[in-house]
Amino acid sequence: MKIAVLVKQVPETDSLTLDPETGTVVRSVDTAIVNPLDLYAIEAALRIKDSDPSASVLALSMGPTHAETALREALSMGCDEAALVTGREFGGADTWATARTLSAALVELGPFDLIFCGEKATDGDTGQVGPEVAAFMDLPVISYVGAFTRSGSGSDLTLRAERVLEDGIQVVGFGTPAVLTFCKAIGEPRLPLLSGKRRAREASVRRLGIDELGLSPEEIGAKGSPTRVVKIGRPKLTRSTEMLDARTEAGMDAACDRIIALLVKRNLIAPAENATASSGARA
Amino acid sequence: MNEVWILAETKAGKVSSVSFELLSWARSLGSPEKVRVTAVLAGPASDPEELCYRGADAVVHGSDAALSGFSARHLAAYLAALFQRTRPSVLLAAATTTGRTVLPYLAAREGLGLTADCTELSLESEGGELIQTRPAAGGSIMATIRTTRGRPQMATVRPHSRKALDRNTSRPVTVEVLSSTEIGCRAEAADVALLEERPFPSSRGIADARLVIAGGKGFRKKDGFALLFGLTEHTGGEVGASREAVDRGWADYPRQVGLSGRTISPIVYMAFGISGAIQHLAGMQTAETVISINTDPDAPLAAMSDLAIRADLYELIPVLTARLEAYRSVE
Repeated sequence: MKIAVLVKQVPETDSLTLDPETGTVVRSVDTAIVNPLDLYAIEAALRIKDSDPSASVLALSMGPTHAETALREALSMGCDEAALVTGREFGGADTWATARTLSAALVELGPFDLIFCGEKATDGDTGQVGPEVAAFMDLPVISYVGAFTRSGSGSDLTLRAERVLEDGIQVVGFGTPAVLTFCKAIGEPRLPLLSGKRRAREASVRRLGIDELGLSPEEIGAKGSPTRVVKIGRPKLTRSTEMLDARTEAGMDAACDRIIALLVKRNLIAPAENATASSGARA
Repeated sequence: MNEVWILAETKAGKVSSVSFELLSWARSLGSPEKVRVTAVLAGPASDPEELCYRGADAVVHGSDAALSGFSARHLAAYLAALFQRTRPSVLLAAATTTGRTVLPYLAAREGLGLTADCTELSLESEGGELIQTRPAAGGSIMATIRTTRGRPQMATVRPHSRKALDRNTSRPVTVEVLSSTEIGCRAEAADVALLEERPFPSSRGIADARLVIAGGKGFRKKDGFALLFGLTEHTGGEVGASREAVDRGWADYPRQVGLSGRTISPIVYMAFGISGAIQHLAGMQTAETVISINTDPDAPLAAMSDLAIRADLYELIPVLTARLEAYRSVE
């Protein structure tokens, strides 16, 4: 079984800063991390490897050369190989051009039985690349996976995934090849072992450019992107904050009254005999 | 005339309410002389006419179960087949688990641009270009995006970011039932089988809740966090959680609000002991009303609140519970 995991290097969200001149995100090598949700995809792939030693896991990323750090982290957790698509032509890509590029790399490095991704990246917050990669490769996509099991092998291989949807769990069955996007419910990602870190330092990360992938400049990077950011603005600050100090008994009473008044005003609570009015779905 | 389509979802055999919000968005793009709205209803539903009552000029009902969203590949193939008949100028879907899976699939296979999770949309009268605005960089900036090539221009729209139009049963009803076999799309659905559906127990999930009462690391322990469930017995609504609370095992992942959890827009969001890291704010800042309770008046979430209360949550919750009981027992 060959598995590919798509990995993105993102800025640490809590230290996300903006360039005051341009309003764009400052991307610093110092605060770059592996997209947190990608760690769950890596974990899901490594669990297959735990139970099936013949399985191999390749971590793939697109990004500047320092994205290699993210791939080395994937290697230190236990991935077998890593590849980085890099080059100036790939810069400024939207999700379409990113997925076009990654799918070409998956064809070049594959074939893979399973392609795993994080549900979304915490910087772009679109969650589009996983399904788009599946579409470029004409594969089924199973998104928002929170649990995943395999049974049988070879032609009897059966895969089951539990998707975490808005109002419940949806269980689906499918075969390989397929693309899966994972959410946190899959379980805690493992920490790298010292031996893994050592191996990761020594491993070579394969680099792929536009020529190896046989892509044209028209389908990648900013040029290949069918969407364009035309304006960056500040969010409208519409809230004027009312501050209440509830550290005294009188303050506490006033604060609780205020909360209840707000809930009543928004029709969220009502006296008990009318309580059914408050429990309906939002129109 | 601009042809605007929305992808209507179903829930338990009926049109889901988020579809009505999409119709409201579509109608907001221009007057009926300029914009014609078609709803593509995906999956079995007993009430397709509701879409017309809520603003659709026509409904195309993909009535087979294979279109209900579990196979994004199949539903994307169905929509692509519909494009062969008419190519709309705009296609909107909800930024739900279904919309956020199907539309990217469609975008890639059709070579189209797609903007995720928009909170503002407008249509330029000259040229019919869709101007799409979404929160980016954890919600600290708003990015305005244009689609530079191909039609339809596509966007997913954040649920609860717009009110549905009033139901008007005098509007004409035009429903065309068109299954995936009738339109001749390949049986991609066979690649994925729907085996089982398990609704969350007695819960709508935080995504659809009108009131979300969330807790963070200010609770300091799991037993304390559990007080929130007691509170929702008096208020209704759902319990949400910050990343810290979920990582500590105080709440399940489906309750997590924020960039690595869910983005929600309830009518009221109440936060207990949550300081408001960017990654959390991004998940709740479009709530209509925000109430926060924290010992630290300088917490980032306090500045994002309509009502910020400086209090020890362990002191406030019992008082609030008693007052809610008193209020609700009033004749």
